[in-house]
Amino acid sequence: MSNLAVLPIILPLLFGIILALTHNRIPLSRFLTKTFTIINLGVVSYITFRVFNQGTITLETGGWEAPYGIVIVADSLAMLLVLTTNIIAVACAFYAPHSLSERQEKYYFYPFFLLLITGVSGAFLTGDLFNLFVFFEVLLMASYGLIVLGGDKVQLRESIKYVIINLFSSMLFVTAVAFLYSVVGTINMAQIAERVQEVEQQGILTTIAILFFFVFATKAALFPLYYWMPKSYIVPNPVVSALFGALLTKVGIYSILRMFSLIFIHNIDFTHPLFIWIAGLSLIFGVIGSISTNNVKLIVAYNIIPAVGFLIMGIGVFNEDALSGTIYYLVHDMFIKAVLFLIVGVIVYVAGTSDLRKMNGLINYYPLLGWLLFISAFVLAGIPPFSGFIGKLLLLKGALSVDEVIIVLIALISSLLILYSIMKIFINGFWGEKQESDNIKLKSTKGFMGPIVFLLEFSVMLGIGAEFVYPPIASISEYLLNPELYIDSVLKE
Amino acid sequence: MEIVTSILAGLLFATGIYNLLQKQLLRIVIGTTLISHGAHLFILTMGELKRGLPPVLTDGITEYSDPLPQALILTSIVISFGTTSLLLVLAYRTAKENNTDNMGQLRGTENE
Repeated sequence: MSNLAVLPIILPLLFGIILALTHNRIPLSRFLTKTFTIINLGVVSYITFRVFNQGTITLETGGWEAPYGIVIVADSLAMLLVLTTNIIAVACAFYAPHSLSERQEKYYFYPFFLLLITGVSGAFLTGDLFNLFVFFEVLLMASYGLIVLGGDKVQLRESIKYVIINLFSSMLFVTAVAFLYSVVGTINMAQIAERVQEVEQQGILTTIAILFFFVFATKAALFPLYYWMPKSYIVPNPVVSALFGALLTKVGIYSILRMFSLIFIHNIDFTHPLFIWIAGLSLIFGVIGSISTNNVKLIVAYNIIPAVGFLIMGIGVFNEDALSGTIYYLVHDMFIKAVLFLIVGVIVYVAGTSDLRKMNGLINYYPLLGWLLFISAFVLAGIPPFSGFIGKLLLLKGALSVDEVIIVLIALISSLLILYSIMKIFINGFWGEKQESDNIKLKSTKGFMGPIVFLLEFSVMLGIGAEFVYPPIASISEYLLNPELYIDSVLKE
Repeated sequence: MEIVTSILAGLLFATGIYNLLQKQLLRIVIGTTLISHGAHLFILTMGELKRGLPPVLTDGITEYSDPLPQALILTSIVISFGTTSLLLVLAYRTAKENNTDNMGQLRGTENE
């Protein structure tokens, strides 16, 4: 039954190939994509259920024993994130036909979409460092295809920057892997962890750790390395922005979490204060960006930066509360960023502009859209009944227990400013008088609402059902604090 | 020998980054190619150079070169090959649509 671990990677790959064959027949492609993502979600839910009940599933591909072959490790953290990814994929599959132009659908949107899911799931599940690089490239290649799909002037201009920065950081990733290979002589993550423990992380290993952090921080858009992100995330179609905002930066965060909870854990006096500094600066610069602009898409894109700031802060504090907070916030943020990008996509579609100063009184025509934005602003900022609250509460509790007061203050203030930045869209765009004179053309938002409500429902449930969600997440953070569990499940000693 | 190839990889990185920071689009593409050459050479160096014969199983030979870095490089080469060809086509289209290949002029406005 250990073959189950590879299904979240194989299935979308297979479906992507099938969809590449049917790209000319749009209705068929739409139908198949919806069916495939639902099948995927079903399979992944079953595997997640099994992993949470019976423990980690490890698959040694090709039957080679652990350090010699590639291992696929479906542990509770990876499966939780794969499940979240697949839920978002279902919502995006249902949203896509309404927001894409026929030409974009015809030119391989759906295959790229499923290959992106393949890459993301693979990156979450792999237990091999070079394989992680390959899955990063799989998801990046798919994202290059998606970001430039349509070929507008703006898209081409921003995507070339996106491709260059990612190519550069990928090459740094390869270099970092080479460094690590020369020191420990293996690329299997469990065995690296074991050997790093044996040599007790000397100076060179800390250097390599920082190099890895640099690579993943570029992917995750952390403080000094976020400059490529906001613009390139807003140029593609809203559904592509939602996929990027929800998944791509989070893969970087996941990799940092994995590396610094499994491998580089012996010199945390140096690395982890650095994370907290970077977290603080990401929070500050991200919210400054999001309140400085009047472009609704850009407001949401800048909001990704404080979110990854929160996550890296939890990793920097590194105790049980903070880690459960990070995992909770990670799942919450994947949902809510997808929701916000999808909502903003509809707003831009109905208002015909992304300039906030040109919108007014939308609530008179689109009440449901307005209230959905209102709720998601609350969810994002962390108002009590919703999911952002519990994640932040755990993070702040963890940070306070090790006396990191400054970062807690920064986090609280930036939460307020995050709320302000989204509320600005609500107040300026939705409030206001119904203008009698102008002949505003009402556009139907029928198809868009289903997926948004579907995702927001999960986000809200994550907050209201915290009693139910918290125990498994706490068990994951306990698991992360004991890397021996991971090593034992892979190397089977 | 490792020292020499390390220095060579360093030079490739340096020239690559210099080209990456230029304004002309094609120079940037050349910069990325040079950086990937540097990275690949670096993997080969880090796996220790020439410890034995090529890793092909032959009777009576016990010393082989490390086959793993070679497999890694081969994978990385095809990946960077794919990305570079995409980047070239993208650069061509971008220059054609925007009527400039100067990165300094490829800026946007606030709302678009």
